[in-house]
Amino acid sequence: MANDSLFGVHAAALEVRSQRMGLLASNIANASTPGYKAQDIDFQQALSAAENDGGFDAQAMQASTKYRVPLETSMDGNTVDLSTEQTAFAENAIAYQTTLSFLNGRIGQITRALKGE
Amino acid sequence: MAGQPLTVFQVAGRAMSAQLVRMNTTASNLANAGGVASSADAAYRTIKPVFQTEYDKATGLATVDVKQIVQAGEAPTKRYDPTNPQADADGNVWENAVDETRELVDMMETARGYQNDVQVMNTAKSLVLDTLKLGQGS
Repeated sequence: MANDSLFGVHAAALEVRSQRMGLLASNIANASTPGYKAQDIDFQQALSAAENDGGFDAQAMQASTKYRVPLETSMDGNTVDLSTEQTAFAENAIAYQTTLSFLNGRIGQITRALKGE
Repeated sequence: MAGQPLTVFQVAGRAMSAQLVRMNTTASNLANAGGVASSADAAYRTIKPVFQTEYDKATGLATVDVKQIVQAGEAPTKRYDPTNPQADADGNVWENAVDETRELVDMMETARGYQNDVQVMNTAKSLVLDTLKLGQGS
């Protein structure tokens, strides 16, 4: 899957974006849980792992998942900053949709080539 | 539900349930604010849910569950009020231990958290639906 040149980097990117959405959703879900430490995916590292090491598996995700450095400390040990998480979530959703439209374009291109239009 | 890998919908859905439990406890607390009782034991005490993160090792996701609901906050305060029909033999009543300001702040935070979870779920839903339609636009 990783060396699939049909979709280029976009297949791996979609996978990483999807995982990152889940992780950011976890952060937002735990916004008021005492002691929860916010996490995020290092997108660069995750994408190169997905491209080179044959797919984005659980191990690759664990390796590229980092704890977020909190902007301010809270008394209950929670490091979720809602505005940061919401911004990251929105940005990630748009990037996911961008990847989708790249994939759609590629599929359309190939379909047209196959039909001989 | 346990044993199955978490999805982003379960993450947001269970967080919404947890926030709803919190909203219910806040409503119970506010409903009992200002009430009195004949003894310290009979007086109402503030209840609070205890949130706990639920990790899913397989997917790396984490959602939140209500571990338990505990009594928290101050003890009921004794007040001398012999004309009150609920007063005991010494003419004392005990006021329910509810800090209304704190409950209202808690309620706002709960509503905000719930709204965020709804938004996460909506975004995830539309992205999944878009993914399902992959390749059909051409």
